[in-house]
Amino acid sequence: MSTLTIARLSFREASRRKILLAALLLGLLFLAVYGLGFHFIMREVEKEIGSMRVLELNQIRNFLLMAGMYVVNFLTAMMIVLTSVDTLSGEISSGTIHTLVAKPIRRWEIVLGKWLGFAIMVSLYLLLMGGGVMGLIYLRSGYSAPHPLSALALIWLNALVLLSVSLMGGAYLSTLANGVLVFGLYGVAFIGGWIEQIGSFFPNPSASQIAINLGIITSLMMPSEALWKRAAHELQSPLVTALGVSPFTTNAYPSGVMILYAILFMLLAFALAVRRFGNRDL
Amino acid sequence: MSAMIPSSSPAIETRALRKVFGDKVAVGDLTLSVERGEVFGFLGPNGAGKTTSVKMLLNLVFPTSGEAYLLGGSLNDPLVRSRVGFLPEHFRFHDWLKGTEFLALHAELYKMSGQQARRRIADLLDLVSLTPHAGKKLREYSKGMLQRIGLAQALLNQPDLVILDEPTSGLDPVGRRLVRDVIRELRRDGTTVFLNSHLLSEVEITCDRVAFIKHGQVIRVSPLQSLVEGELSVEVRARNLRPEVVQGLSRWSRSVRLDGEHIALTLEGEADLPQVNRYLVEQGVDVFALRPERISLEDLFIQIVGTDGGL
Repeated sequence: MSTLTIARLSFREASRRKILLAALLLGLLFLAVYGLGFHFIMREVEKEIGSMRVLELNQIRNFLLMAGMYVVNFLTAMMIVLTSVDTLSGEISSGTIHTLVAKPIRRWEIVLGKWLGFAIMVSLYLLLMGGGVMGLIYLRSGYSAPHPLSALALIWLNALVLLSVSLMGGAYLSTLANGVLVFGLYGVAFIGGWIEQIGSFFPNPSASQIAINLGIITSLMMPSEALWKRAAHELQSPLVTALGVSPFTTNAYPSGVMILYAILFMLLAFALAVRRFGNRDL
Repeated sequence: MSAMIPSSSPAIETRALRKVFGDKVAVGDLTLSVERGEVFGFLGPNGAGKTTSVKMLLNLVFPTSGEAYLLGGSLNDPLVRSRVGFLPEHFRFHDWLKGTEFLALHAELYKMSGQQARRRIADLLDLVSLTPHAGKKLREYSKGMLQRIGLAQALLNQPDLVILDEPTSGLDPVGRRLVRDVIRELRRDGTTVFLNSHLLSEVEITCDRVAFIKHGQVIRVSPLQSLVEGELSVEVRARNLRPEVVQGLSRWSRSVRLDGEHIALTLEGEADLPQVNRYLVEQGVDVFALRPERISLEDLFIQIVGTDGGL
Protein backbone atom coordinates (compact mmCIF):
# COMPACT_ATOMS: atom_id res chain seq x y z
CA MET A 1 0.00 0.00 0.00
CA SER A 2 2.02 2.93 -1.30
CA THR A 3 -0.71 5.34 -0.18
CA LEU A 4 -0.12 4.38 3.44
CA THR A 5 3.65 4.69 2.98
CA ILE A 6 3.19 8.28 1.82
CA ALA A 7 0.69 8.97 4.63
CA ARG A 8 3.22 7.73 7.17
CA LEU A 9 5.91 9.82 5.51
CA SER A 10 3.84 13.02 5.95
CA PHE A 11 3.21 12.10 9.55
CA ARG A 12 6.86 11.38 10.18
CA GLU A 13 7.89 14.63 8.53
CA ALA A 14 5.59 16.63 10.82
CA SER A 15 6.99 14.78 13.77
CA ARG A 16 10.65 15.22 12.73
CA ARG A 17 10.19 18.87 12.03
CA LYS A 18 8.81 19.28 15.56
CA ILE A 19 5.44 20.39 14.22
CA LEU A 20 3.62 17.74 16.24
CA LEU A 21 5.52 18.61 19.40
CA ALA A 22 4.89 22.34 19.02
CA ALA A 23 1.20 21.75 18.34
CA LEU A 24 0.92 19.46 21.34
CA LEU A 25 2.73 21.77 23.77
CA LEU A 26 0.94 24.92 22.66
CA GLY A 27 -2.36 23.02 22.62
CA LEU A 28 -1.81 21.96 26.21
CA LEU A 29 -0.85 25.52 27.13
CA PHE A 30 -4.05 26.77 25.52
CA LEU A 31 -6.11 24.20 27.43
CA ALA A 32 -4.39 25.09 30.70
CA VAL A 33 -5.07 28.81 30.25
CA TYR A 34 -8.60 28.14 29.10
CA GLY A 35 -9.33 25.78 31.99
CA LEU A 36 -7.96 28.22 34.56
CA GLY A 37 -9.87 31.09 33.01
CA PHE A 38 -13.08 29.11 32.99
CA HIS A 39 -12.57 28.10 36.63
CA PHE A 40 -11.98 31.65 37.90
CA ILE A 41 -14.76 33.20 35.84
CA MET A 42 -17.28 30.61 37.05
CA ARG A 43 -16.12 31.05 40.65
CA GLU A 44 -16.81 34.80 40.47
CA VAL A 45 -20.09 34.31 38.65
CA GLU A 46 -21.27 31.72 41.14
CA LYS A 47 -20.44 34.13 44.01
CA GLU A 48 -22.38 36.86 42.25
CA ILE A 49 -25.57 35.06 41.29
CA GLY A 50 -25.44 31.98 43.53
CA SER A 51 -24.77 28.45 42.44
CA MET A 52 -28.45 27.48 42.44
CA ARG A 53 -29.60 29.42 39.41
CA VAL A 54 -28.69 26.67 36.99
CA LEU A 55 -30.41 28.14 33.98
CA GLU A 56 -28.43 31.37 34.07
CA LEU A 57 -25.19 29.63 34.98
CA ASN A 58 -25.64 27.33 31.99
CA GLN A 59 -25.99 30.32 29.66
CA ILE A 60 -22.66 31.64 30.87
CA ARG A 61 -21.07 28.18 30.61
CA ASN A 62 -22.41 27.86 27.08
CA PHE A 63 -21.06 31.27 26.14
CA LEU A 64 -17.58 30.39 27.44
CA LEU A 65 -17.70 27.03 25.68
CA MET A 66 -18.56 28.74 22.40
CA ALA A 67 -15.68 31.17 22.88
CA GLY A 68 -13.30 28.25 23.44
CA MET A 69 -14.59 26.29 20.47
CA TYR A 70 -14.37 29.38 18.27
CA VAL A 71 -10.64 29.50 18.95
CA VAL A 72 -10.32 25.72 18.48
CA ASN A 73 -11.99 25.98 15.09
CA PHE A 74 -9.65 28.79 14.10
CA LEU A 75 -6.52 27.00 15.34
CA THR A 76 -7.53 23.78 13.61
CA ALA A 77 -7.99 25.65 10.34
CA MET A 78 -4.60 27.36 10.69
CA MET A 79 -2.94 24.10 11.66
CA ILE A 80 -4.15 22.18 8.61
CA VAL A 81 -3.34 24.93 6.14
CA LEU A 82 0.11 25.67 7.54
CA THR A 83 1.13 22.02 7.63
CA SER A 84 -0.14 21.11 4.16
CA VAL A 85 0.39 24.29 2.14
CA ASP A 86 3.96 23.34 1.17
CA THR A 87 3.64 19.60 0.83
CA LEU A 88 3.16 19.28 -2.95
CA SER A 89 4.63 22.56 -4.22
CA GLY A 90 7.60 22.27 -1.85
CA GLU A 91 8.48 18.76 -2.97
CA ILE A 92 8.08 19.78 -6.60
CA SER A 93 10.31 22.84 -6.32
CA SER A 94 12.99 21.10 -4.25
CA GLY A 95 13.00 18.01 -6.47
CA THR A 96 12.44 15.50 -3.65
CA ILE A 97 9.36 14.41 -5.60
CA HIS A 98 11.51 12.99 -8.42
CA THR A 99 12.67 9.88 -6.58
CA LEU A 100 9.13 9.26 -5.30
CA VAL A 101 7.37 9.56 -8.66
CA ALA A 102 9.95 7.37 -10.40
CA LYS A 103 8.98 4.52 -8.07
CA PRO A 104 6.23 2.01 -8.92
CA ILE A 105 3.58 4.29 -7.48
CA ARG A 106 0.73 6.13 -9.17
CA ARG A 107 0.66 9.86 -8.81
CA TRP A 108 -2.82 9.86 -7.29
CA GLU A 109 -1.53 7.56 -4.56
CA ILE A 110 0.91 10.30 -3.55
CA VAL A 111 -1.87 12.91 -3.33
CA LEU A 112 -4.20 10.56 -1.46
CA GLY A 113 -1.39 9.47 0.88
CA LYS A 114 -0.57 13.05 1.76
CA TRP A 115 -4.25 13.87 2.26
CA LEU A 116 -4.62 10.90 4.55
CA GLY A 117 -1.52 11.70 6.58
CA PHE A 118 -2.56 15.29 7.22
CA ALA A 119 -6.19 14.30 7.81
CA ILE A 120 -5.15 11.90 10.57
CA MET A 121 -2.90 14.54 12.11
CA VAL A 122 -5.58 17.21 12.17
CA SER A 123 -8.11 14.73 13.54
CA LEU A 124 -5.89 14.02 16.51
CA TYR A 125 -5.30 17.72 17.02
CA LEU A 126 -9.01 18.47 16.94
CA LEU A 127 -9.78 15.65 19.36
CA LEU A 128 -7.20 17.02 21.76
CA MET A 129 -8.30 20.65 21.50
CA GLY A 130 -12.07 20.35 21.05
CA GLY A 131 -12.30 17.39 23.39
CA GLY A 132 -10.11 19.31 25.85
CA VAL A 133 -12.29 22.44 25.89
CA MET A 134 -15.54 20.53 26.28
CA GLY A 135 -13.98 18.05 28.72
CA LEU A 136 -12.62 20.79 30.98
CA ILE A 137 -16.02 22.46 31.16
CA TYR A 138 -17.70 19.18 31.90
CA LEU A 139 -15.17 18.33 34.61
CA ARG A 140 -15.46 21.73 36.29
CA SER A 141 -19.20 22.19 36.10
CA GLY A 142 -20.86 19.08 34.72
CA TYR A 143 -22.15 21.10 31.76
CA SER A 144 -22.16 19.77 28.23
CA ALA A 145 -23.28 21.44 25.00
CA PRO A 146 -26.37 20.17 23.15
CA HIS A 147 -24.69 18.38 20.20
CA PRO A 148 -20.95 18.21 20.83
CA LEU A 149 -20.23 15.40 18.36
CA SER A 150 -22.04 17.04 15.45
CA ALA A 151 -20.15 20.23 16.21
CA LEU A 152 -16.79 18.43 16.25
CA ALA A 153 -17.70 16.65 13.01
CA LEU A 154 -18.44 19.98 11.33
CA ILE A 155 -15.19 21.57 12.51
CA TRP A 156 -13.46 18.43 11.26
CA LEU A 157 -15.15 18.73 7.87
CA ASN A 158 -14.02 22.34 7.72
CA ALA A 159 -10.42 21.22 8.27
CA LEU A 160 -10.73 18.57 5.53
CA VAL A 161 -12.18 21.13 3.11
CA LEU A 162 -9.21 23.42 3.78
CA LEU A 163 -6.79 20.50 3.42
CA SER A 164 -8.23 19.59 0.01
CA VAL A 165 -8.09 23.19 -1.19
CA SER A 166 -4.52 23.55 0.03
CA LEU A 167 -3.48 20.33 -1.80
CA MET A 168 -5.23 21.56 -4.92
CA GLY A 169 -3.43 24.90 -4.69
CA GLY A 170 -0.15 23.05 -4.11
CA ALA A 171 -0.61 21.08 -7.32
CA TYR A 172 -1.19 24.23 -9.38
CA LEU A 173 0.78 26.97 -7.62
CA SER A 174 3.95 27.76 -5.74
CA THR A 175 3.85 27.49 -1.96
CA LEU A 176 3.50 31.23 -1.42
CA ALA A 177 0.78 31.67 -4.03
CA ASN A 178 -1.02 28.69 -2.52
CA GLY A 179 -0.88 30.27 0.93
CA VAL A 180 -2.27 33.50 -0.47
CA LEU A 181 -5.05 31.54 -2.19
CA VAL A 182 -6.15 29.47 0.80
CA PHE A 183 -5.92 32.22 3.42
CA GLY A 184 -7.45 34.67 0.97
CA LEU A 185 -10.48 32.44 0.44
CA TYR A 186 -10.69 31.83 4.16
CA GLY A 187 -10.65 35.58 4.81
CA VAL A 188 -13.33 36.24 2.21
CA ALA A 189 -15.58 33.55 3.72
CA PHE A 190 -14.91 34.94 7.19
CA ILE A 191 -15.83 38.52 6.39
CA GLY A 192 -18.81 37.38 4.29
CA GLY A 193 -20.09 35.44 7.26
CA TRP A 194 -19.88 38.43 9.56
CA ILE A 195 -21.60 40.72 7.05
CA GLU A 196 -24.38 38.15 6.83
CA GLN A 197 -24.60 38.00 10.62
CA ILE A 198 -24.69 41.74 11.17
CA GLY A 199 -27.01 42.19 8.18
CA SER A 200 -29.57 39.85 9.67
CA PHE A 201 -30.15 42.47 12.40
CA PHE A 202 -30.82 45.29 9.90
CA PRO A 203 -34.36 46.67 10.27
CA ASN A 204 -34.57 47.34 6.52
CA PRO A 205 -35.46 43.97 4.94
CA SER A 206 -33.92 44.69 1.53
CA ALA A 207 -30.58 45.73 3.06
CA SER A 208 -30.73 42.67 5.23
CA GLN A 209 -31.33 40.48 2.17
CA ILE A 210 -28.31 41.95 0.37
CA ALA A 211 -26.09 41.16 3.37
CA ILE A 212 -27.45 37.63 3.58
CA ASN A 213 -26.91 37.04 -0.14
CA LEU A 214 -23.37 38.30 0.19
CA GLY A 215 -22.81 35.77 2.95
CA ILE A 216 -24.22 32.97 0.83
CA ILE A 217 -22.04 33.86 -2.16
CA THR A 218 -18.89 33.90 -0.06
CA SER A 219 -19.91 30.60 1.53
CA LEU A 220 -20.17 29.09 -1.94
CA MET A 221 -16.66 30.32 -2.73
CA MET A 222 -15.34 28.76 0.47
CA PRO A 223 -17.74 27.05 2.88
CA SER A 224 -15.49 27.29 5.95
CA GLU A 225 -17.37 30.05 7.78
CA ALA A 226 -20.72 28.40 7.02
CA LEU A 227 -19.48 25.16 8.56
CA TRP A 228 -18.38 26.99 11.70
CA LYS A 229 -21.78 28.68 11.94
CA ARG A 230 -23.51 25.36 11.71
CA ALA A 231 -21.12 23.90 14.30
CA ALA A 232 -21.83 26.86 16.60
CA HIS A 233 -25.54 26.28 16.14
CA GLU A 234 -25.08 22.67 17.23
CA LEU A 235 -23.27 23.84 20.36
CA GLN A 236 -25.54 26.72 21.29
CA SER A 237 -28.07 26.26 24.04
CA PRO A 238 -31.69 26.56 22.84
CA LEU A 239 -32.35 29.52 25.15
CA VAL A 240 -29.58 31.66 23.64
CA THR A 241 -30.88 30.73 20.23
CA ALA A 242 -34.37 31.85 21.24
CA LEU A 243 -33.07 35.16 22.60
CA GLY A 244 -30.84 35.65 19.57
CA VAL A 245 -28.06 37.37 21.51
CA SER A 246 -24.70 35.84 20.82
CA PRO A 247 -21.72 37.07 18.83
CA PHE A 248 -21.18 33.55 17.55
CA THR A 249 -24.41 32.61 15.86
CA THR A 250 -27.56 33.91 14.28
CA ASN A 251 -30.95 32.38 14.09
CA ALA A 252 -30.32 31.76 10.44
CA TYR A 253 -27.85 28.91 10.46
CA PRO A 254 -26.66 27.03 7.37
CA SER A 255 -28.87 24.11 6.36
CA GLY A 256 -28.00 20.50 5.61
CA VAL A 257 -27.73 21.45 1.95
CA MET A 258 -24.76 23.65 2.82
CA ILE A 259 -23.08 20.74 4.57
CA LEU A 260 -23.63 18.60 1.50
CA TYR A 261 -22.23 21.42 -0.63
CA ALA A 262 -19.14 21.57 1.57
CA ILE A 263 -18.58 17.82 1.11
CA LEU A 264 -18.91 18.14 -2.66
CA PHE A 265 -16.62 21.18 -2.58
CA MET A 266 -14.01 19.14 -0.74
CA LEU A 267 -14.28 16.24 -3.19
CA LEU A 268 -14.00 18.57 -6.16
CA ALA A 269 -10.91 20.28 -4.73
CA PHE A 270 -9.34 16.87 -4.09
CA ALA A 271 -10.20 15.66 -7.59
CA LEU A 272 -8.61 18.78 -9.10
CA ALA A 273 -5.50 18.22 -6.98
CA VAL A 274 -5.22 14.64 -8.27
CA ARG A 275 -5.85 15.68 -11.85
CA ARG A 276 -3.37 18.53 -11.89
CA PHE A 277 -0.65 16.64 -10.05
CA GLY A 278 -1.28 13.69 -12.37
CA ASN A 279 -0.69 15.56 -15.60
CA ARG A 280 1.85 18.21 -14.74
CA ASP A 281 5.56 18.13 -15.51
CA LEU A 282 7.76 17.72 -12.47
CA MET B 1 7.75 -9.87 -11.62
CA SER B 2 10.36 -9.35 -14.31
CA ALA B 3 9.09 -12.47 -16.03
CA MET B 4 6.08 -10.47 -17.15
CA ILE B 5 8.21 -8.09 -19.16
CA PRO B 6 9.70 -9.58 -22.34
CA SER B 7 13.45 -9.47 -21.88
CA SER B 8 14.20 -9.40 -25.59
CA SER B 9 12.89 -5.88 -26.11
CA PRO B 10 15.37 -2.99 -25.90
CA ALA B 11 15.98 -1.49 -22.47
CA ILE B 12 15.09 1.95 -23.80
CA GLU B 13 13.38 2.77 -27.04
CA THR B 14 12.19 6.20 -28.08
CA ARG B 15 10.67 7.35 -31.34
CA ALA B 16 10.58 11.04 -32.28
CA LEU B 17 10.22 12.07 -28.67
CA ARG B 18 9.59 15.79 -28.45
CA LYS B 19 9.04 18.24 -25.63
CA VAL B 20 8.11 21.87 -25.98
CA PHE B 21 7.86 24.25 -23.03
CA GLY B 22 5.87 27.26 -24.18
CA ASP B 23 7.72 28.33 -27.31
CA LYS B 24 11.01 26.72 -26.30
CA VAL B 25 11.85 23.37 -27.83
CA ALA B 26 13.68 21.45 -25.09
CA VAL B 27 13.88 18.15 -26.96
CA GLY B 28 13.32 18.23 -30.70
CA ASP B 29 13.30 14.69 -31.98
CA LEU B 30 14.84 12.01 -29.82
CA THR B 31 15.03 8.61 -31.45
CA LEU B 32 17.15 6.18 -29.54
CA SER B 33 17.50 2.52 -28.81
CA VAL B 34 19.50 1.16 -25.89
CA GLU B 35 20.10 -2.59 -25.85
CA ARG B 36 19.85 -4.79 -22.80
CA GLY B 37 23.04 -5.06 -20.82
CA GLU B 38 24.92 -2.14 -22.31
CA VAL B 39 26.32 0.89 -20.55
CA PHE B 40 25.06 3.78 -22.62
CA GLY B 41 26.43 7.29 -22.40
CA PHE B 42 24.22 10.25 -23.18
CA LEU B 43 26.34 13.24 -24.06
CA GLY B 44 25.65 16.78 -25.03
CA PRO B 45 26.36 20.36 -24.04
CA ASN B 46 24.38 22.10 -21.30
CA GLY B 47 20.92 22.99 -22.49
CA ALA B 48 20.89 20.26 -25.13
CA GLY B 49 17.85 18.64 -23.50
CA LYS B 50 19.57 15.77 -21.70
CA THR B 51 17.80 16.15 -18.37
CA THR B 52 14.44 16.75 -20.02
CA SER B 53 14.99 13.56 -22.03
CA VAL B 54 15.79 11.61 -18.87
CA LYS B 55 12.73 13.06 -17.15
CA MET B 56 10.55 11.97 -20.06
CA LEU B 57 11.89 8.44 -19.77
CA LEU B 58 10.83 8.37 -16.13
CA ASN B 59 7.41 9.87 -16.66
CA LEU B 60 8.34 12.98 -14.69
CA VAL B 61 7.81 15.14 -17.75
CA PHE B 62 5.18 14.28 -20.33
CA PRO B 63 6.30 14.40 -23.98
CA THR B 64 4.54 16.77 -26.35
CA SER B 65 4.66 14.03 -28.97
CA GLY B 66 6.46 10.80 -29.78
CA GLU B 67 6.71 7.46 -28.06
CA ALA B 68 8.96 5.88 -25.49
CA TYR B 69 9.23 2.42 -23.98
CA LEU B 70 11.30 1.12 -21.13
CA LEU B 71 12.04 -2.61 -21.00
CA GLY B 72 9.40 -3.04 -23.68
CA GLY B 73 6.63 -1.57 -21.56
CA SER B 74 4.81 1.69 -21.13
CA LEU B 75 6.40 4.40 -18.96
CA ASN B 76 3.07 4.65 -17.19
CA ASP B 77 3.16 1.10 -15.99
CA PRO B 78 4.22 0.77 -12.32
CA LEU B 79 5.39 -2.75 -13.14
CA VAL B 80 7.95 -1.28 -15.54
CA ARG B 81 9.07 1.29 -12.99
CA SER B 82 9.51 -1.48 -10.43
CA ARG B 83 12.35 -2.78 -12.65
CA VAL B 84 14.01 0.62 -13.05
CA GLY B 85 16.36 2.49 -10.73
CA PHE B 86 16.87 6.23 -10.97
CA LEU B 87 19.32 8.72 -9.52
CA PRO B 88 18.08 12.25 -10.29
CA GLU B 89 20.40 15.07 -11.19
CA HIS B 90 20.19 17.22 -8.07
CA PHE B 91 19.77 14.31 -5.65
CA ARG B 92 17.47 16.25 -3.35
CA PHE B 93 15.96 13.85 -0.85
CA HIS B 94 13.88 14.08 2.32
CA ASP B 95 16.80 15.28 4.39
CA TRP B 96 15.11 14.83 7.77
CA LEU B 97 15.33 11.07 7.28
CA LYS B 98 18.31 9.06 8.49
CA GLY B 99 20.32 7.14 5.89
CA THR B 100 18.74 3.79 6.73
CA GLU B 101 15.25 5.28 6.98
CA PHE B 102 15.65 6.88 3.57
CA LEU B 103 16.56 3.57 1.98
CA ALA B 104 13.81 1.77 3.90
CA LEU B 105 11.23 4.26 2.61
CA HIS B 106 12.24 3.66 -0.99
CA ALA B 107 12.41 -0.08 -0.47
CA GLU B 108 8.83 0.14 0.76
CA LEU B 109 7.86 2.04 -2.38
CA TYR B 110 9.45 -0.77 -4.39
CA LYS B 111 7.17 -3.06 -2.35
CA MET B 112 10.07 -5.04 -0.94
CA SER B 113 9.36 -7.15 2.11
CA GLY B 114 10.82 -6.03 5.44
CA GLN B 115 13.40 -8.75 5.69
CA GLN B 116 14.42 -8.53 2.05
CA ALA B 117 14.77 -4.76 2.39
CA ARG B 118 16.89 -4.94 5.54
CA ARG B 119 19.38 -7.31 3.93
CA ARG B 120 19.58 -5.31 0.73
CA ILE B 121 19.99 -2.00 2.58
CA ALA B 122 22.87 -3.38 4.64
CA ASP B 123 24.59 -4.60 1.45
CA LEU B 124 24.09 -1.34 -0.38
CA LEU B 125 25.27 0.83 2.51
CA ASP B 126 28.39 -1.27 2.43
CA LEU B 127 28.74 -0.93 -1.32
CA VAL B 128 28.63 2.88 -1.20
CA SER B 129 30.79 2.99 1.98
CA LEU B 130 28.12 4.67 4.09
CA THR B 131 27.62 2.02 6.77
CA PRO B 132 29.26 4.21 9.46
CA HIS B 133 26.90 7.08 8.56
CA ALA B 134 23.68 5.07 8.24
CA GLY B 135 22.26 6.50 11.48
CA LYS B 136 22.88 10.13 10.56
CA LYS B 137 20.22 12.35 9.08
CA LEU B 138 20.69 13.12 5.38
CA ARG B 139 20.79 16.80 6.36
CA GLU B 140 24.20 16.13 7.87
CA TYR B 141 25.52 14.38 4.76
CA SER B 142 28.01 16.02 2.40
CA LYS B 143 27.17 16.43 -1.25
CA GLY B 144 29.17 13.35 -2.15
CA MET B 145 27.52 11.25 0.56
CA LEU B 146 24.09 12.30 -0.69
CA GLN B 147 25.02 11.25 -4.16
CA ARG B 148 26.23 7.88 -2.92
CA ILE B 149 23.11 7.20 -0.87
CA GLY B 150 21.11 8.28 -3.91
CA LEU B 151 22.97 5.69 -5.94
CA ALA B 152 22.18 3.04 -3.32
CA GLN B 153 18.54 4.09 -3.56
CA ALA B 154 18.63 3.52 -7.32
CA LEU B 155 19.90 -0.04 -6.86
CA LEU B 156 17.52 -1.19 -4.10
CA ASN B 157 15.29 -3.25 -6.35
CA GLN B 158 18.16 -4.89 -8.27
CA PRO B 159 16.86 -3.14 -11.37
CA ASP B 160 17.14 -4.29 -14.98
CA LEU B 161 17.75 -0.70 -16.02
CA VAL B 162 19.50 2.03 -14.04
CA ILE B 163 19.21 5.63 -15.17
CA LEU B 164 21.88 7.88 -13.67
CA ASP B 165 21.64 11.61 -14.24
CA GLU B 166 25.08 13.13 -13.63
CA PRO B 167 26.02 10.53 -11.01
CA THR B 168 29.50 11.84 -10.30
CA SER B 169 29.05 15.61 -10.37
CA GLY B 170 29.33 15.99 -6.58
CA LEU B 171 31.97 13.38 -5.97
CA ASP B 172 35.64 13.53 -5.17
CA PRO B 173 38.04 11.19 -7.05
CA VAL B 174 37.46 8.37 -4.55
CA GLY B 175 33.70 8.68 -4.95
CA ARG B 176 34.03 8.71 -8.73
CA ARG B 177 36.03 5.55 -8.70
CA LEU B 178 33.37 4.00 -6.50
CA VAL B 179 30.67 4.89 -9.02
CA ARG B 180 32.78 3.51 -11.83
CA ASP B 181 33.25 0.26 -9.96
CA VAL B 182 29.51 0.06 -9.29
CA ILE B 183 28.78 0.59 -12.98
CA ARG B 184 31.28 -2.12 -13.92
CA GLU B 185 29.65 -4.49 -11.48
CA LEU B 186 26.23 -3.69 -12.91
CA ARG B 187 27.45 -4.41 -16.41
CA ARG B 188 28.87 -7.71 -15.27
CA ASP B 189 25.47 -8.64 -13.85
CA GLY B 190 23.80 -7.78 -17.15
CA THR B 191 22.13 -4.61 -15.94
CA THR B 192 21.57 -1.87 -18.48
CA VAL B 193 22.98 1.49 -17.42
CA PHE B 194 21.92 4.77 -18.99
CA LEU B 195 24.44 7.40 -18.00
CA ASN B 196 23.78 11.07 -18.51
CA SER B 197 27.03 12.83 -17.84
CA HIS B 198 29.06 15.73 -19.01
CA LEU B 199 32.18 14.33 -17.39
CA LEU B 200 33.61 12.84 -20.55
CA SER B 201 36.48 11.05 -18.86
CA GLU B 202 33.89 9.09 -16.89
CA VAL B 203 32.00 8.15 -19.99
CA GLU B 204 35.19 7.22 -21.77
CA ILE B 205 36.06 4.76 -19.04
CA THR B 206 32.66 3.22 -18.45
CA CYS B 207 30.47 3.29 -21.55
CA ASP B 208 29.98 0.77 -24.35
CA ARG B 209 28.10 3.13 -26.60
CA VAL B 210 27.45 6.84 -26.64
CA ALA B 211 24.90 9.17 -28.16
CA PHE B 212 25.72 12.80 -28.80
CA ILE B 213 22.80 15.14 -28.57
CA LYS B 214 22.51 18.75 -29.52
CA HIS B 215 19.43 20.95 -29.64
CA GLY B 216 17.41 18.00 -28.39
CA GLN B 217 18.36 15.81 -31.29
CA VAL B 218 20.60 12.77 -31.50
CA ILE B 219 23.33 13.70 -33.93
CA ARG B 220 25.47 10.60 -33.63
CA VAL B 221 25.30 7.23 -31.90
CA SER B 222 28.40 5.13 -31.92
CA PRO B 223 30.21 2.38 -30.06
CA LEU B 224 32.81 4.11 -27.94
CA GLN B 225 35.63 1.77 -28.95
CA SER B 226 35.37 2.48 -32.65
CA LEU B 227 34.98 6.18 -31.99
CA VAL B 228 38.12 6.46 -29.99
CA GLU B 229 40.09 3.74 -31.75
CA GLY B 230 39.30 4.98 -35.21
CA GLU B 231 40.80 8.42 -35.33
CA LEU B 232 44.29 9.17 -34.27
CA SER B 233 45.97 12.50 -33.85
CA VAL B 234 49.66 12.63 -34.68
CA GLU B 235 52.24 15.19 -33.78
CA VAL B 236 55.36 15.32 -35.92
CA ARG B 237 58.50 17.27 -35.12
CA ALA B 238 60.67 17.70 -38.20
CA ARG B 239 63.05 20.04 -40.02
CA ASN B 240 63.55 20.71 -43.71
CA LEU B 241 59.85 21.00 -44.28
CA ARG B 242 58.87 22.35 -47.63
CA PRO B 243 55.29 23.64 -48.04
CA GLU B 244 54.50 21.23 -50.87
CA VAL B 245 55.58 18.30 -48.67
CA VAL B 246 53.23 19.44 -45.93
CA GLN B 247 50.46 19.80 -48.48
CA GLY B 248 51.11 16.28 -49.65
CA LEU B 249 50.11 14.98 -46.23
CA SER B 250 46.47 15.75 -47.02
CA ARG B 251 46.45 12.41 -48.84
CA TRP B 252 46.12 10.78 -45.38
CA SER B 253 44.67 13.54 -43.30
CA ARG B 254 41.82 16.00 -43.54
CA SER B 255 43.40 18.45 -41.13
CA VAL B 256 47.08 19.29 -41.31
CA ARG B 257 48.45 22.16 -39.27
CA LEU B 258 52.02 23.43 -39.49
CA ASP B 259 53.50 25.42 -36.64
CA GLY B 260 57.24 26.01 -36.90
CA GLU B 261 58.80 22.58 -36.90
CA HIS B 262 55.64 20.92 -35.58
CA ILE B 263 52.96 19.34 -37.74
CA ALA B 264 49.64 18.26 -36.23
CA LEU B 265 47.47 15.94 -38.27
CA THR B 266 44.69 13.39 -37.75
CA LEU B 267 44.78 9.95 -39.31
CA GLU B 268 41.96 7.49 -39.92
CA GLY B 269 43.84 4.68 -38.21
CA GLU B 270 47.18 3.34 -37.08
CA ALA B 271 47.84 1.68 -40.42
CA ASP B 272 48.57 5.05 -41.99
CA LEU B 273 51.44 5.83 -39.61
CA PRO B 274 54.33 3.99 -41.39
CA GLN B 275 53.17 5.38 -44.72
CA VAL B 276 53.32 8.93 -43.41
CA ASN B 277 56.74 8.30 -41.98
CA ARG B 278 58.06 6.77 -45.23
CA TYR B 279 56.64 9.66 -47.23
CA LEU B 280 58.34 12.26 -45.07
CA VAL B 281 61.69 10.52 -45.15
CA GLU B 282 61.52 10.01 -48.92
CA GLN B 283 60.84 13.74 -49.34
CA GLY B 284 64.09 14.48 -47.49
CA VAL B 285 62.52 15.66 -44.29
CA ASP B 286 64.49 15.15 -41.05
CA VAL B 287 62.01 13.50 -38.69
CA PHE B 288 62.84 13.91 -34.99
CA ALA B 289 59.62 12.64 -33.51
CA LEU B 290 56.37 11.11 -34.63
CA ARG B 291 53.91 10.85 -31.76
CA PRO B 292 50.54 9.22 -32.30
CA GLU B 293 47.86 10.06 -29.72
CA ARG B 294 44.38 8.64 -29.31
CA ILE B 295 41.78 11.32 -29.74
CA SER B 296 40.19 11.92 -26.41
CA LEU B 297 36.44 11.82 -26.11
CA GLU B 298 36.64 15.50 -25.28
CA ASP B 299 38.18 16.32 -28.65
CA LEU B 300 35.62 14.14 -30.32
CA PHE B 301 32.83 15.80 -28.42
CA ILE B 302 33.97 19.21 -29.62
CA GLN B 303 34.38 17.90 -33.17
CA ILE B 304 30.86 16.49 -33.22
CA VAL B 305 28.94 18.96 -31.13
CA GLY B 306 30.94 22.04 -32.01
CA THR B 307 32.36 24.71 -29.77
CA ASP B 308 29.25 26.87 -29.62
CA GLY B 309 28.03 24.68 -26.79
CA GLY B 310 24.81 24.01 -28.61
CA LEU B 311 23.24 27.13 -27.12
